[in-house]
Order: sequence, then C-alpha cells, then structure tokens
Amino acid sequence: MSAVIARDIVKKFAEVPAVNGISLSIPDGEFMVLLGPSGCGKTTFLRIICGLEQQTSGDLMIGGAIVNELPPRARGVAMMFQSYGLYPHYTVRNNIAFPLKTQRVPREKINKQVEWASQLLGIDHLLDRRPRQLSGGERQRVALARALVREPTALLLDEPLSNLDAKLRTMARQEIKNFQQRVGLTTIYVTHDQVEAMGMGDRIAVIDHGNIRQVGTPTEIYNDPADLFVATFVGSPPMNIVTHSGGGYLGFRPENFLPKNMIEDGAATEFKFRVDRSEYLGAERIVYGVLDGFESKQIITAKLPPAHVDEKNIRPGEWHTFAVKNSELRQFDKNGNRATSH
Amino acid sequence: MAVIAEPVAKPVSRLNFLLDRRDVFEAILVAPAVIYVLLLVGLPLLLAIYYSLSAYTIYDPTWKFVGLSNFIDVVENPTFPQTLANTFIFTFGSQLLGLVIGKFGAFLLLRPFPGRKIVRALIVLPFVIPVALATIAWRWLFDSLYSVFNWTLIALHIMDRADVPNWLGTPWLAMLCVVIINAWRFFPFAIVIFLAGLTSVPQDVIDAATVDGAGFWRRNYQIILPMILPIVAIGLIFGIVFTFTDLSIVFLLTMGGPVNATSVLGFAGFQTGIISGDVSHGAAISLFMLPVLLVVVVFMLRFIRRREI
Amino acid sequence: MPRTLRKILGETSFFVGVAFFTILAAFPFYWMLITAFKQNSDLYNVTNNPFFFNEWPTLEHIKYLFRETLFARWLWNSLVIGVCVTAITIVTAVPAGYALARMKSKKGEALGIAVFLTYLVPPTLLFLPLSRIVAVLGLQNSMWSLVLVYPTFTIPFCAWLLMGFFKALPAEIEEAAIVDGCSLFGAFIKMAIPLSVPAILTVVIFTFTLTLQEFVYALTFVSSSDQKPITLGVTTDLVRGDVFFWGELMAGALIAAVPVAIAYNLFLDRFITGITGGAVKG
Ligand SMILES: Nc1ncnc2c1ncn2[C@@H]1O[C@H](COP(=O)(O)OP(=O)(O)O)[C@@H](O)[C@H]1O
Ligand SMILES: [Mg+2]
Repeated sequence: MSAVIARDIVKKFAEVPAVNGISLSIPDGEFMVLLGPSGCGKTTFLRIICGLEQQTSGDLMIGGAIVNELPPRARGVAMMFQSYGLYPHYTVRNNIAFPLKTQRVPREKINKQVEWASQLLGIDHLLDRRPRQLSGGERQRVALARALVREPTALLLDEPLSNLDAKLRTMARQEIKNFQQRVGLTTIYVTHDQVEAMGMGDRIAVIDHGNIRQVGTPTEIYNDPADLFVATFVGSPPMNIVTHSGGGYLGFRPENFLPKNMIEDGAATEFKFRVDRSEYLGAERIVYGVLDGFESKQIITAKLPPAHVDEKNIRPGEWHTFAVKNSELRQFDKNGNRATSH
Repeated sequence: MAVIAEPVAKPVSRLNFLLDRRDVFEAILVAPAVIYVLLLVGLPLLLAIYYSLSAYTIYDPTWKFVGLSNFIDVVENPTFPQTLANTFIFTFGSQLLGLVIGKFGAFLLLRPFPGRKIVRALIVLPFVIPVALATIAWRWLFDSLYSVFNWTLIALHIMDRADVPNWLGTPWLAMLCVVIINAWRFFPFAIVIFLAGLTSVPQDVIDAATVDGAGFWRRNYQIILPMILPIVAIGLIFGIVFTFTDLSIVFLLTMGGPVNATSVLGFAGFQTGIISGDVSHGAAISLFMLPVLLVVVVFMLRFIRRREI
Repeated sequence: MPRTLRKILGETSFFVGVAFFTILAAFPFYWMLITAFKQNSDLYNVTNNPFFFNEWPTLEHIKYLFRETLFARWLWNSLVIGVCVTAITIVTAVPAGYALARMKSKKGEALGIAVFLTYLVPPTLLFLPLSRIVAVLGLQNSMWSLVLVYPTFTIPFCAWLLMGFFKALPAEIEEAAIVDGCSLFGAFIKMAIPLSVPAILTVVIFTFTLTLQEFVYALTFVSSSDQKPITLGVTTDLVRGDVFFWGELMAGALIAAVPVAIAYNLFLDRFITGITGGAVKG
C-alpha cells in the first residue's frame, strides 16, 4: 500500500508555478528523497503534503484517504523543519509531548510515548532543558523525537542537516537512516545535496523547476539518468556530455573515461583527449581537458585512480587516447531525453 | 512498521474546518479591530463631511442639505484668512525650527560621553510629557506679571519693568510663543528621529566615502542626508499631521487671542462646533484641513511603498 | 600648545552645547517642580529671584490638591480609563497585528497600511461627529465616552507596532505547532502570544501613556469635574474664574507628568522603531 500518493500537484504563487504537476507514489516504509537545486519547489511540495500550503490543483492521498480539504492537524503526518521549529518556551519534554497533547492523549500514554521516543534518540537525559540550552545535534534529535512520538503516517524532513557542521552532518545522516530503518517509518526527505540523497534514499525523485525528472533507486539515477538534467545534476564531477553526430548527445561518467590501455576488454569508443589541468585528490586524480572532434558545453573531466596514473604520464598540453566502454556510454536525443536503446 | 498509525479522524463536516482556512482565520482576527475603526473613524469621517453640507446645529438637529453654503460662510468670515494663515505659520514655523534644533542636537548626542543616557532622558521630556501639562507650565513662564523671562530681562538691566513684553497679550508675540512651544515640543522627536537615521547608516559606507576623498560637508549632504531622508520624512509627516490639526496648545495658552491672532483651524472648528454648538460650520472649518492631510498621506504612502521594494 | 588648546576648546563647546539642549528641554519641567513646592508669598513677589527658593519649601499645594480638589478622583478616572482602553486595545490589536503580519497577499499589506493611516486621522477632524455619536449613546459628559473613543487611535497604532513584532517572529514555530496538531487559533494562542509577551507589554505601556496624554477628546466630551481625566482636570479645573493657582497647577501637572515621562522614556526606542518601521534598511 502507498502511504502518500500525489497526483498532478500544481502550486502557483501569483500565477508563477513553484510546483508544476508532480505525481509521485511513496510506498509504506520507504525512504524517499526529493533531490533538486535550490528554488526548484521541494519545500513547497513538502508543505503541500503536510497541509501548510494548499495546492492549486491535483489530488493528495495520505494513508489511503484523499486529504485535499483536510487541515494539517487531520492529516497525521509529521514534519521536521529546516531550523527545527522547536518551541523555545517549552522544555524538551513538553516539546516532545506537544503533538500528543493536542490530540488529547491520556497523561500516562503521553509519558510512556515521550519516554520511548527520547530513549530511541538518546536524549532522555535532556528532557528538562529548554531548546536554547541544547547543541545543534541535540536540537535535531529533539525535533526528530517530537516528529516521531505520535507515530505519524509519514515523516517529512526539509533539509534537516543544513544547520549542522560538516562533521556532525555525516554522523546525523547515519543516525537518521538507521533509525528510519529500525522504525520502518515512511519518510520523505528533501535535500539539494546529492551525496545525502545517494547515501540515504531507498528511491530518489530528482526535481527541477517544479517537475519530476526521474524517480528511481540511487543506482538507477546514477547509472541510467533519464535526461541531461539528471545526468549532470547527480555525480561529482558531473557526467560528461558531448554532442553526437546524429543530432543527440553522448554522456559518460568521468570514472569511466580512462586511458585506452586501462580498458581491458569489451567494445569501447575512443576519444582524442587534450589534458589542460589535473588535480590530485589523494584517492583519485581529476583530469580536465577537451576532446578532439566533439562539441561540449563544459570542460571534459576524467577521474583516474592515481595508483594507475602517475603524474608523469599525464601532463598539461599532451594529447592522449582515452576510451569509454560502450556499455558505459549513454545516449540522449535532441531534447535531452534518454534514447531508449544503446 | 514497528509503530502503527492510528486511523485519521475523518471530518464530520466541512464547517468544522472552516476556521482552518487561513483567509477565514485571518479575516476573523482582524475583524474586531477593523470594525471598531470603521465604526468610530470611518463613519465619523463621513458624518463630518455630511454635517459640513447640512444645516445641523445642536439646537436644531436637522439633516437639511445646504450644499456648499457652509463652506462659503466660513470663507467669507473676515477672520478666516487669518486663521488659515496662522495654521500654516504655526505648522511650518514650528516644524522647521524643531528640525533645525533637532539636527544639531542629534549631532551632539551621536557621540558617546559620560551621562549621555540621563541627558537623553531629560532632552526627550518635552515630547514625553502630556502636551496640555507642558503648555500650562509655559503659560506660567509667560505670565504677564511673574514671567521668569521678564524677571531676567529686568535683573540684567536690559529692560525696565515698565516696558517688558506682554508675551501672550501682544498679537505677534503670542503667535511667536505658540510656535516656540510647539517647536520645543517636537525638537526632541526630531533628535530621536535623526539619531535613528544616523545610527542606521552603515559605518563602512561613511568610511568608503572618506577613503574616496569626500570631505565633511560632502559626506553629510551627499551620502548621509539622502540615506536618512526616508526616516526623517516619516518623522516630519507625523509632526505636520499632529501640528496642523492641534488645538490644545492654542486652547490652553491664548484661547485664540488676542483678537484672533493665534486662532488655528483646529481651534476655530472647536470654538464654532462645540462651544457655539454650530456643528455644520464647525465641521466645514475642520474639513479645510483635509486637503493638506491628503497630500501628506500620499507622501506617506509613497515612502512606505518605496521602503518595501 | 595650540593643539591641546584647540582640543580643550572643542570639548568645552561640546559640553556647553549639551548643557544648552538639556536646559532648553528640561527648564519648564524644573519650573513645574520649583513652583509646586514654593510658598505663595514666595511665588507672587516680583522682587524675589524666581529661580530658587527664597522661603522654605512647602507641601501645602499638594495637600490642597488632595484635600480641596477632585485631584484624587481625576487620578482614579485616568487609571480606570487607561485600564479599560488598554484592555480593549490588547484584545483587538494583538489578533489584528498577528493576522496582518501573517497575511501573504498584497491585500493584507494594503490593509496593514490602511490601518496605520487611520492613526493619522486627527481628533480635530473627528470630534464633532464623535460628540454626536457619544450623545446618541448617552455617554456625553461621562468618562466612559473616552473609553469608547480612545481605542480609535490606540488600536491602529498598536496593531501596526505588533505587526512589526510578529513579523520578526519566525513562522516556523507556529507551523510546527500546526503540523503537530494545533488549529491555526491554537498556534496563535499557544505559540505566538507566549513568545511575544515583551512586545505585548510594551504595547500595554504605550496605550496607557497615550490615554494619559490625550487632551482634545477629553476636552470635547467631558465637562463635569468628577468625570475628568487627570490632564483635563488639572488644566481646566484648577483655574477658578480667571485666577490661576500656579502652585496647585504645577503640583498637579508634575504628579500627572512624572509617571508618563518615566514610562515613555523606557520604551522610546521601540516607539521610534514602530513609527519609522525600518524606513532605512540597516
Ligand atoms: N510563499 C511564497 N510566495 C511566493 N513565491 C514562493 C513562496 N514560496 C516559495 N516561492 C517560490 O517558489 C519557488 C520554489 O520555492 P521552494 O519550494 O522554497 O524551493 P526549494 O525548497 O526547492 O529551494 C521559488 O522560486 C520561490 O521563490
Ligand atoms: Mg527549501
């Protein structure tokens, strides 16, 4: 069964569409990531799901019922806000208890649930503090506990890690994912960070300008991008795109773009590659350059394992013969959509 | 799932969720304030306009429509031109004086010095004390017999007791007193407004101008003044509106006298409409303030708009 | 040393300037103070130096105020009026300010500006028709007419001030409450109000001082002595016939002005921010 189903959701702000016809079905227990650049409508879509915004058109189903007309409190979803939205004048305990109190849950049940949620997130020693006495990571856990405590149909998270520093972020990513798997809660997670998306999502929906470009597992998104936008948005450095003689485009990932002698077997396509610059990053070497005979809007990059490629072998200004296995080449038509066969 | 979601409560009726619509909710929250203001500001304003076009007095409360004849009566009254002129002198004289004093005061108070807090608290007193009470104190200061100014003039042998000024009894002096008192009342407001403006000019803008070779005057008039202009304009608009329509200073200091020398529109409207009970003519006099107020309001709107772009 | 000399001169003229402004502003206040405690024989003697006490200070004017005049009654009236008007203002302006702050449409913005502009409609334009309305309601000559009319300027001003405060309050907290099961009204009561208690207190003080400062409506609507608020009572009732009793007048003015002056001074900065509304962006 699907926990959340969106059908052709459109949201316009003063005639300008922020969400432009999104259809998405999220099965029970799935961790769905909405990935897209800033301003593409992710937050707006999330706010429509929880009912803070009313869609201009389209249907929304949560837990099997159409909720278009329902206010947020009758939708049974929980949301964690970008800066957490903790209630500054309540203690942590009352913050977590709040969603239950609004539903007039009996006192003993509230206490039990608060206990459960705070232990689950390891914050039971903080219950009598106020939000301003907490660190960033602790605040995030309180916000999570509050979102969980009433056992929502779905949990919505809007860029929850953007307020943490880089070190905490990796840890928190792990924590959220672990805990979601343990509880099996349907989760919709919004981010503009592709590393987060790839690492956490069961499936990823890539959004651009209020449209879904592709929905798929991280592997599908990475290996079989549906169009040029997805191909170049996901991956770092992004997929190389060159114009094809037939009027379409050819794409290949930098890590598949290797000196010809490194490609052991199978059919491959060769390119003349002029090296302009290279960067040594420890675990790999990134080489920038241009191709002979192919047009491209960006600089072509190659990602080489440094053990295999010594700096002596790749110098700026030199021409080399590089190749891509044919199985790793992706073809796109004139409009940038994935050509079906390759 | 380790936890099972309880079924969502289904709505009993749509009416239940009417209050959950933001527009309905917001309309309900603003309604009391808007209704209060409509009933006791909007309605009276319309009534004032109607009275001015009718023959209504408290002795003969008819609603007879008489067109513009009240306005014609008012304009033909020989004292009216003077009242109108007094109102403008009172308003612009005192605002100009207040602004000039205020600007200097603001430059003095900009710099930190020991005791600045206390000095500021004392300097804002004129704006803070109820104007009626301050006016009474000024009336005592200008007393015909015991005026402290006259005592000082005599004590310093500048004048003789026989020819000291009768401040409130001489027409032009009385007008001057009214202007001075209002300027005195508003200059602290001007100081505070200037200070708010000056402290909001980022120091790096001033530094950049200095580095670019702008001297003191250029910095002042080409960089700082344009930046604080909006804030000063809003302060000035306030001053103009509340001075142009004020009647308490004149009422408590001179009663419009001597011989109408200090009568202003607000006071004349009060005298005719309330003291004499001639509501329709009183309303007509008061409505002469409306065009000026409208001009001010248009300016105000432009400033608010510009701020929000 | 011309350098140090110039510096000393500069410093001196600076403090002379500060002194000048302070005296200019506070002198009438000093005058109230000294007059209120002078004996009549000291006051009404043209040969005495009026700047100082020539005879012993006295409390007779203040005693007289409380024993022989309705002064205590006026203080009480002002208190009652202030409390009632403040209550009406808070009950209407807090929700209005909140709604205006949270309205997203252009219409909401226009409404906010319109509300503020009504604050600029002066009493002098309204007192004639309002005096008729007050008469129709049977409130003429009663302080309750002032309770009815004062909110016409306190509500717009306070709604505007509060709108600014609520705009500065992050909407995220209320939205979290709404998703957590509150109604819109619940989020307003449980989140927005507790989080803006300081702002609401400021508005309470302001409303109170605005009612104490008002003069024109009081003058127009109330003429019986026992219904007058303090400012009106002091300025119109302490004059018998044509005779001004300056000692009592100044004592009364002083007592009425001191609390207003203190309260206002404490909140002056918020007042200025309120009316300039961030006309200059920082
Ligand atoms: N309340 C609003 N009023 C007008 N435009 C809005 C509003 N909220 C969002 N938008 C616009 O909608 C687009 C999508 O915004 P958002 O959903 O916040 O993007 P994201 O979360 O993906 O960064 C943006 O162009 C933004 O300017
Ligand atoms: Mg966003």
